[in-house]
Amino acid sequence: MSSDILVVDNVTKRFGGLTANADISFSMKEGEIIGLIGPNGAGKSTLFNCISCFYNADGGRIVFKGQEITRKDPESICRMGIGRTFQIVRTFKDMNVLENIMIGAFLRNPKRKDAQARSEEVANVFRFTDKLYLKATSLTISEQKRLEVARVFATGPKVMLLDEMMAGLNIHEIKESVELVLRLREMGITLVLVEHVMEGIMPIANRIVVLDYGEKIAEGTPDEVVNNEKVIEAYFGKKYAKRRENKTRIQ
Amino acid sequence: MKKGLFIFILFMCALAAVPLFVGDPFVCHILIMIMMYATMSIGWNVIGGYAGQVSFGNAAFFGVGAYTTAILLVNFSVNPWLGMLAGCVLSVGLAVIVGYPCFRLRGHYFAIATIAVGEIMVVIFTNWDYVGAAVGIYMPILEESFTNFEFHSSKIPYYYIILCMLLFAIAVSYFIEKGRLGYYLRAIKDDPDGARSLGIDIQKYKMIAFSISAVLTSICGTFYGQYVLYIHPSSTMDLMMSIHLCIIALIGGIGKLFGPVIGAFVFIPLMELTRVYLGSEGQGIDMIIYSLLVIMIAIWRPQGLWALFSRGDK
Repeated sequence: MSSDILVVDNVTKRFGGLTANADISFSMKEGEIIGLIGPNGAGKSTLFNCISCFYNADGGRIVFKGQEITRKDPESICRMGIGRTFQIVRTFKDMNVLENIMIGAFLRNPKRKDAQARSEEVANVFRFTDKLYLKATSLTISEQKRLEVARVFATGPKVMLLDEMMAGLNIHEIKESVELVLRLREMGITLVLVEHVMEGIMPIANRIVVLDYGEKIAEGTPDEVVNNEKVIEAYFGKKYAKRRENKTRIQ
Repeated sequence: MKKGLFIFILFMCALAAVPLFVGDPFVCHILIMIMMYATMSIGWNVIGGYAGQVSFGNAAFFGVGAYTTAILLVNFSVNPWLGMLAGCVLSVGLAVIVGYPCFRLRGHYFAIATIAVGEIMVVIFTNWDYVGAAVGIYMPILEESFTNFEFHSSKIPYYYIILCMLLFAIAVSYFIEKGRLGYYLRAIKDDPDGARSLGIDIQKYKMIAFSISAVLTSICGTFYGQYVLYIHPSSTMDLMMSIHLCIIALIGGIGKLFGPVIGAFVFIPLMELTRVYLGSEGQGIDMIIYSLLVIMIAIWRPQGLWALFSRGDK
């Protein structure tokens, strides 16, 4: 499977007695959009942190473009071409929009002039052109999340890990983010999205990976996953799953 | 921005012209102290201001600069200017040795670790006979010349030397602020994890900032030794000095290019004048006044006095 850009192979992460990720494996091809879903506490963010090397996995391997990255550090991961955003927005509060993007752009453009030019291009892609000199904190949450994506995009990633970029947004804003994700894919970026907002992720994901209690319980196309019994059980409980099963049997 | 540059040039010209009109050695001395502290505080600002890593150990670099120059001069007759270079090299070495473990600490723990390092330096130098222990070192009196870095008849040459050092420090700080390093340091201050996620090796950039800070402080140490011609541990690496550097930047405006300069112009005269005029009435009045000042600034101008001047800027 040499065509896979990112391979997660039996990754395990423990915090003391708690196993946050147990033997999780999946792989993705270039240009795919993978949705990572699961109830709260399923281990999605932990897995994200393992892939972006904010945590080092206790077991298993993570391979990016044929190179093992399991024990590297976040800054080298970013340099290799994996960018991530955070669940809780982490824009640089004391900086304006342009400066925020420039921090990302400096990675491939060490000169200030080049970084600024690159950042203005990126700002254009992310529709920040008229907000360049606004403080990051004066943006709405949706804009701040978009700014975080823009900042990561400026580092020139091949794979982007977006952690709940649609959480807390209204329907209009979700539509915008969906468009943004599709645009990123058009630009050749492979995406992993952790998401709770199903109407956001389901229409665009090529495949969905479902976690529950630290284990992968399902993987497949969005259609396969929503009809998967284990998934329904994880989201709605055993009772509902059984009732639903009976209903379909009667029908 | 143009206006700011104009004011800066005007101010520097005025500063350069002062010795031509004012002959009073005390005024000259105070201005020298202001510029020396401004230079060091700019150095402090690189690590404490831009990078947000509050250091209470910067006086150690001052001490290393002063002692290196003094020992090389007294024991090996090495020219003080070369001694200054050697001091810088050793200070950077110290910054790397201290920074490597301490930068793994976050937030206040780094500040506490630097206090410990500063105090360890004082204890070592007070008990180390080779460097004069608690008695300190007297510089040999040499012929008055620029090459010897000694002037006995007037303070004015010292005045211009420290003015040049101050200009150097401002230039260094300016280029940091405008370049990638400055942006990265501000990112590290704002959100270290966010910075790492964007490919910034925060350990490396903190080390670079700390080393620059060390160099700017170390050259002042050399200057001080040659200016006073006598150094001892409590005059060169006292914890109070580190705290002063921090307070000067705080008063002027932390993380701002001219913050430390403004801070030094307010704080040092206050310190020197209260010491001279009120010092005999019992220790501590100067402390009371400056702590009042710090409290007032914390309440009304948390960004520092710099904010008074830059209201129109941003």
